[in-house]
Amino acid sequence: MSEVIISIKNVVKDFGSVRAVNNANFDVVKGEFFSLLGPSGCGKTTLLRILAGFEVPTTGTIEIDGQDVTLNPPNHRPVNMVFQNYAIFPHLNVASNIAFGMRKSELSKVDLQEKIDQMLELIKLPGYGDRKADELSGGQRQRVALARALIKQPKVLLLDEPLGALDKKLREQMQIELRQLQQHVGITFVFVTHDQEEALTLSDRIAVMSQGDVMEISSPADLYENPQSRFVADFIGTMNFFRCTLKDFSDGVAVGESKELGSVRIQCSEPVCAVNQDFTLAIRPEKLALEFDSVEDSVNSVKGTMGPSAYLGDRSHFYIYLQGREDPVSVALQNLSGSLEHVRDTDREVCLTWSDDNCVMLADYE
Amino acid sequence: MISADRTLVDKIRLQFRRSESIRGYTLLSPTLLIVLLGLLFPLIILFTLSFWKQEYVDLIQTFTLKNYGDFFEKKIYYLILYRSIRISAFVMFVTVLLAYPLAYFIAFHVQKNKMIWIILVTIPFWTSYLLRVFSWKVILGYNGVINSSLLSLGLISEPLEFLLYNPFAVVITLAHAWAAVAILPIYVSLEKIDRSLIEASRDLGESAVATFIRVTLPLSLPGVIAACLLVFIPTVGDYVTPALVGGTRGIMIGNIIQSMFGKALNWPLGAALSIISMLTVTAAVCLLLGATQLFKKKVS
Repeated sequence: MSEVIISIKNVVKDFGSVRAVNNANFDVVKGEFFSLLGPSGCGKTTLLRILAGFEVPTTGTIEIDGQDVTLNPPNHRPVNMVFQNYAIFPHLNVASNIAFGMRKSELSKVDLQEKIDQMLELIKLPGYGDRKADELSGGQRQRVALARALIKQPKVLLLDEPLGALDKKLREQMQIELRQLQQHVGITFVFVTHDQEEALTLSDRIAVMSQGDVMEISSPADLYENPQSRFVADFIGTMNFFRCTLKDFSDGVAVGESKELGSVRIQCSEPVCAVNQDFTLAIRPEKLALEFDSVEDSVNSVKGTMGPSAYLGDRSHFYIYLQGREDPVSVALQNLSGSLEHVRDTDREVCLTWSDDNCVMLADYE
Repeated sequence: MISADRTLVDKIRLQFRRSESIRGYTLLSPTLLIVLLGLLFPLIILFTLSFWKQEYVDLIQTFTLKNYGDFFEKKIYYLILYRSIRISAFVMFVTVLLAYPLAYFIAFHVQKNKMIWIILVTIPFWTSYLLRVFSWKVILGYNGVINSSLLSLGLISEPLEFLLYNPFAVVITLAHAWAAVAILPIYVSLEKIDRSLIEASRDLGESAVATFIRVTLPLSLPGVIAACLLVFIPTVGDYVTPALVGGTRGIMIGNIIQSMFGKALNWPLGAALSIISMLTVTAAVCLLLGATQLFKKKVS
């Protein structure tokens, strides 16, 4: 069992009548890259600020490295934070910014300078020590904020949407650098983001939050492939949902009946509901295949009509209308041969197919 | 002809649109004109006057350094100027020291209706300056509010005499009169500080006090300097307050200059004293700015 570094126990945070965090209860393991993911206003930043010590939870406790730090002020916690807007001190140069937290360290002036140079090397800004804060670009500020926190060698580094203000290309580059840096320094990262792709790329584990609740904590692959709730399935990536009724379950195969899809087969170790009860069948757009020639209705396939389509460069999205269903079903195909221009005729009859191990049963339905 | 005129107008218009500085100076020109007429000319007159001589009612328009010589020979002027600077520096210190917490409170702790607080701060300005000085006279006087209250409470048997007619009374009156002028610039500079900078300092291990010294104070320094200058410069030359509450020990350079242009009837000496006190204030301001630069360097 890996060593637990942060233990969040029954944490509730109310702001007046608004409950920002509702009974959060989980551990973060030493050395992992842990993300808090959710739409804005879901309580992820509040939870991070509770870890940093800027907010005191209404009830519950926070333990960091085995110590209860619930009531400790920010300067008495073994954590450091990278702020959303980086919070680089405008009256100090880069070197002084990085050295800000080292006032009480025992290091001699020479050692400290060496340490600062090491940090500048680490964030790939060597020789930038004398620059003023306002001479830095967004990406550079972000790196300085990282160095300023990492020089303190915290047990946990907290990051509040640190890549949110960067443009797409730079963000992707910083994601890779951040991940490499985390593996290099071996410090536990707790990362707040609303960008699901970013969370999937970076994290070892992700906690998905919604309206103050922690919905699910899993690895990126598990969250994507086997979400446990409709919210998580919908929030991460795109998902097609179908309401079904369970008809039979035997030998790890569930058989359901859907108004829109007809008969469906799902591989699962255990069905999410009893026979004759309703569940939601969830299928990712890229797990659906389109057939244009043999339009035969069978199990795990359904006839439909081609709707609008979108060309996205590496892939295309097709929207297929089914009988008895208002919203079109979304299908993603790789543009392996050209732009798939020849299949885009709307109103064309197509057949959707999927394999029985590529779909998810969810207990909740709308 | 017509087309030539047009191109000329167009040319001017084009130049006007193109040049940021021309537009800037156009915007500035009314003010610049007033400053030129109202400040530069009187200054030139004052400067010229200071090299003339007064004999009874006649101005002798020949160049002389006698007035400046008088300043350095007769110790009284020099001492009063020194006292004025000292009192003003003290007023500045007291005012800014008292204004800072209030500005800090409004900027950081008032969540709603900040405007109401700002308006409250300016309330002393709603009455005339003279009335405010008189009210302090009423408060601090021999039969004033403080003395009569203490007497009726039986805490003292005789009225306290050290309250009025001394530099202390001048400092209190001026500090009160200039409080709003100090609070507003400090408030603005504090308001501009990004709150996450303060959080970042706490996060990096600094206590609330250390955060104030290392982050909040340096970042609000422009406001503090502005407040210092706005209080110091006008109070050096103030003559109403010292005349009304200062007594003989509270006389400031402004009173001397006023009397030179009035009862004493020695305009050239008054002009020379004005010039000297202006130069002294300039020097003191430079010293203040130098000191803040040093502080900034020390912090970073």
